[in-house]
Amino acid sequence: MIALARAILRRGFELIERPFNRLFGPALNPLAQLGALGFFFFWIVAVSGIYLFIFFNTGIERAYESVEHLTTAYWFHAGVMRSFHRYASDLLVVMVVVHLLREFAYDHYRGVRWFSWLTGLPIIWLLYTSGITGYWLVWDKLAHFVAITTSELLDWLPIFGEPIARNFIATGTLTSRFFTLMVFMHVAVPLFLLFIMWVHILRISRPKVNPPRMLAAMSLVALAGVSLWNPALSQGHADLTKAPVEVGLDWFYLPVYPLTNIWGKGAVWGFLGAFFLMLGLMPWLPPLRRAKPAQVDLAHCNGCARCADDCPYEAIRMVARTDGMPFPTQAQVNPSLCVSCGICVGACPSSTPFRRSTELRTGIDLPDRSLRMLRERVVAAASATQEAPRLLILACDHGGGAAHTGIVTLPCVAMAPPSLIDFILSRNLADGVAVAGCAESACYHRLGAAWTRQRFDRTRDPYLRTRVARERVATIWTSALEVKRFEKEVAAFRRFLATLSAAPPRPVAISAMAASAAADRPMQPSAQVES
Amino acid sequence: MSKALRVSGQFVVIAALFAGVAAFANWPVYRQTPRGSAVVVLTFVHGADRRADCRRLTAEEIAKLPPNMRRVQDCPRGRRPVYVELDLGKDVAYRASLAPTGIAGDGPSRVYQRFVLPAGQYHVAARMRDTARSEGFDYTRQEKIALEPDQMFVIDFRAEPAGFVFR
Repeated sequence: MIALARAILRRGFELIERPFNRLFGPALNPLAQLGALGFFFFWIVAVSGIYLFIFFNTGIERAYESVEHLTTAYWFHAGVMRSFHRYASDLLVVMVVVHLLREFAYDHYRGVRWFSWLTGLPIIWLLYTSGITGYWLVWDKLAHFVAITTSELLDWLPIFGEPIARNFIATGTLTSRFFTLMVFMHVAVPLFLLFIMWVHILRISRPKVNPPRMLAAMSLVALAGVSLWNPALSQGHADLTKAPVEVGLDWFYLPVYPLTNIWGKGAVWGFLGAFFLMLGLMPWLPPLRRAKPAQVDLAHCNGCARCADDCPYEAIRMVARTDGMPFPTQAQVNPSLCVSCGICVGACPSSTPFRRSTELRTGIDLPDRSLRMLRERVVAAASATQEAPRLLILACDHGGGAAHTGIVTLPCVAMAPPSLIDFILSRNLADGVAVAGCAESACYHRLGAAWTRQRFDRTRDPYLRTRVARERVATIWTSALEVKRFEKEVAAFRRFLATLSAAPPRPVAISAMAASAAADRPMQPSAQVES
Repeated sequence: MSKALRVSGQFVVIAALFAGVAAFANWPVYRQTPRGSAVVVLTFVHGADRRADCRRLTAEEIAKLPPNMRRVQDCPRGRRPVYVELDLGKDVAYRASLAPTGIAGDGPSRVYQRFVLPAGQYHVAARMRDTARSEGFDYTRQEKIALEPDQMFVIDFRAEPAGFVFR
């Protein structure tokens, strides 16, 4: 059931992500920036909320009037700020929900990721509490509806001695102190929310908390446009003698409220309890996948810290040397944080398959899928490849090429050190190498695609050596469901290699490659070829 | 695709998404009850009599108590349930024996019940029993009321002076 839901969601995301990637590029794709956009909208809500508080009056009689005044008399700044506050809050909910669904769809909640998954759950409750108390403060018809329904829901729980809903049954039962309490909650809960958001990203290396400037700028302009087009307005003063039976509902914050009417309060609490219990247990539900964590071999570790720098999970830290070697530090792996992605292996300068030692050893390695095994599999795959041009594919376990035969799979393409590419081509094991990772905006191990690109572009250590004929190396970024796209790009690269094989490898100008790409749409490496 | 065209396309997509979010921020309108209906709420918080009267302790019983806890009377904390009935029109709309709250059963009984009715004329009668009697009622009130569409009519109970309040 869960697997089916995940497969459907994954298919849906991949259908959306590809066109988004095409339009925005991997760096600006909003679907790859959901967490960062969530933080961004939180700050917009915080700043606009502080601005609105200047105009807000917490008195029972004055709350509604003060909100109306700022919306109408000062529409051009305070009114716009109110719309910013409302719509950024809604967008924050959208970001949180889509982020949760996407992490679920891509199976990003197991193993060491349990911490971020679990700490994300209170964020949802705190976010909704913040929003609901905010709606309460306006004290319009919707606030009356929210007040009564929330109170009735809370009264169902055997916590309060006197039904809270009795506060809203008649004029005179409600005091200004209640609004002061609500203001306090509307400030305190978001502060606590921010604290939990910080805890949420504690165990993530290089968390994205700021979206790219271009995306942030476009979001701000779009938010301003929407605020002017459809300003946030009140729905008439709350009248306690009338039942608030018809309201314009905020379907992002209040979707559960109509359910209280349809299912009853007990069923709603039961649903919420069961839903969040299931979410909370999901990281520990089968299938449990746990490979052995990376191990440091001090005889080959010079404490360069590249592995610690590249680890996406903060699982490696540099500590004082313990073996008397003349280096100040050594790498140390925290097994409870390691997901065995192998990115550290690819980052280690000792990971060179050219080594002639009897047993290939490196500074940091995966016991289950070591560099030695990788080299053996590469050599075996190369010897099995006879068809010209000989193409060797290094594919990520989570990408579109994972299910193909005759290719070498890795937990993450960034596990392959750039020297492995050099090894394959310089030893004439193949005419070309295709490195096939996950979809660029949805890298399973977060940073694998980025590190691979930067190493090949020679902007991140360890670099791909300049002697490597770059046109013979392709990168293919496809999700597990984009098998046909993967096959198409491989076929295009094979055709391209065939044109190269006639002559000895030589650099190809970008313009020539671009023409080739336009002709048969081979693949992204066309743009990465160096002249 | 030129950069300007691409950025324009990106902005259009973002603006469209934001506009969709803004639209769902207060649309479609939700109607909780059918058109032309009113809401009657029966709600009160009221403590019934104690389960038993206070009993004077004998001299021997007092002597058995620790010196700092000696008292003359033993008064059970627990309260009786409150029995309540509500007629809306010709039918009994609500009838319940409301248990006292609290772990020791010494808190007040409470009720909060909503009834959605078509607007119109109704004979409303509220009855309550909060003493040891098993028949009849300690408090009653009945009235003929006219409910307007969307009106919220509240039936409360006030202890001082004791009795039902219709508002």
